[in-house]
Amino acid sequence: MKILVAVKRVVDHAVRVRVRPDGSGVETENVRMSMNPFDKHAVEAAVQLGEAGHASEIVVVSIGPKQSNDVILTALAMGAHRGILIEADGRVETLAVAKLLRAVVAEEKPDLVLLGKQAVDDDSNQVGQMLAGLLSWPQATFASEIRVVGDGLEVTREVDYGRATIGVSLPAIVTADLRLNTPRNAALPMVMKARSKPLAVRPAAAFGIDLTPRLKLEKVSPPAERVAGHRVADAAELTAAVQSELSELEAL
Amino acid sequence: MAVLVLAEHDLGTLSAATARIVAAAETLGPVDLLVAGQGVSSVAAEAAKLAGVEKVLVADSAALASLSPEAVAALLARLAEPYTHIVAAAAATGRDAIPRLAAKLDLMPVTDVVAIHGPTRFDRPIYAGNAIETVSSGQNKHLLTIRASAFRPAVTGNDAPIHPVEAGVAAVARFLAAHRTESDLPELSTAQIVVAGGVSFGSAEKFALVSELAKVLGAAVGATRAAVDAGYAPNDWQVGQTGKIIAPDLYIAIGISGALQHLAGIQGAKKIIAINKDPEAPLMKIADIALVGDLFEVVPQLIAGLKR
Repeated sequence: MKILVAVKRVVDHAVRVRVRPDGSGVETENVRMSMNPFDKHAVEAAVQLGEAGHASEIVVVSIGPKQSNDVILTALAMGAHRGILIEADGRVETLAVAKLLRAVVAEEKPDLVLLGKQAVDDDSNQVGQMLAGLLSWPQATFASEIRVVGDGLEVTREVDYGRATIGVSLPAIVTADLRLNTPRNAALPMVMKARSKPLAVRPAAAFGIDLTPRLKLEKVSPPAERVAGHRVADAAELTAAVQSELSELEAL
Repeated sequence: MAVLVLAEHDLGTLSAATARIVAAAETLGPVDLLVAGQGVSSVAAEAAKLAGVEKVLVADSAALASLSPEAVAALLARLAEPYTHIVAAAAATGRDAIPRLAAKLDLMPVTDVVAIHGPTRFDRPIYAGNAIETVSSGQNKHLLTIRASAFRPAVTGNDAPIHPVEAGVAAVARFLAAHRTESDLPELSTAQIVVAGGVSFGSAEKFALVSELAKVLGAAVGATRAAVDAGYAPNDWQVGQTGKIIAPDLYIAIGISGALQHLAGIQGAKKIIAINKDPEAPLMKIADIALVGDLFEVVPQLIAGLKR
């Protein structure tokens, strides 16, 4: 099968972000950026399907500023074959991202689209489901296991009560959860080789899709600060503290 | 203004989250509560008791048995026309179906809403809760998922009429198997008290100490991502940015250092009690009450003390 993987360049998950004093967003200047961690699981899943003989070609696509090149190169170093960068500056909402991806799907005709379940910057958790909706394809979100069975997939998903396994026919959308696999760190020779793999750059405007945001971003604020409490000395004091909390809860 | 709320339910019981979503949605307009599934008459009866519900719509069909996002989104799309808001809990069903529905209706949804400022203005957390964005929408219809933990539940005592509606949908995916975590403890995402443990327990056997304390307190059990990854706790116990988001009145964290992605899941907790060997652990610094000590000594003493 042919696999399309969508990846996003985000503020590195280990960075503690700061809200800009003017409330216009969070500070992204001079902050370490990297591939959205869930997208790494999606790339790894695609590469593993390839290694198991199930993927004839893996195409990786990213939508964002030109620096998103970096995350495409990371995916190519991990084992994807070819990259597409759709250059877009400024805020591109999930619905517009899904529409751009639909256009790429129409051109590339993949059997499977893999994405991370959410991006850790805006925590939207929307694009995979939206793309599935636009294409009227089945979706298997929050995947922790993907198995090729016959000409379809069996996907185990992380759900509220534990896990659930579903069977989907292809073409399908699968979004990766963090227990799907352990993403590889590409060895230096693969990183060097990635630079010689094809990478097409196209402006988002060329797709003829309205990218105007539907939602108005009014402001971004820091969360309420927690004030430090006090220390107790031993288990006896702790027990007394818990008991007083319990009686307060009962009073409510 | 008219609001359609998708009820969350499991194993024939209305989830506690639904009462909270109804209370939140009621501020937007009169609420119709949709119960979709197979054999859901007992769920519909419970739903009808929630204050603020005008009527309960019941779509009972084999095609909705597993609440596949394809079927739920198709059903919601068919019912959407008269409503200004379509609302679901930010839980498995809603997270899966609302964005799919949004794409079908060419609307931009607002997900994980934690505060409602009128019918078109909402707060949602971004960057694992390290920032809150306020968005407003000029669209003619608003699709929302709401974090149940951020709202107080609706009271009961209502007797709303129950209307059957045609399901008229087909399931796309084949449901093969459910792997349930068996537990008689309260549901994690809406529990009033949560006791959680980290990877420092060292084994699944020792992690049982967390459940033992939870049982004494009538609390739900949570775990860090590392504890789940290590196999000490099932995945549905994970609390954090990618697990469950909780806002209990009391959160007791045992041997949890407080990684950013974990703190994202507990920001709504009213009181935090932390037990940790490391006084410098981030969670120890934001806890309301903290005890520096060995969890294997402290927790059994705490259990014994509470039982007395």
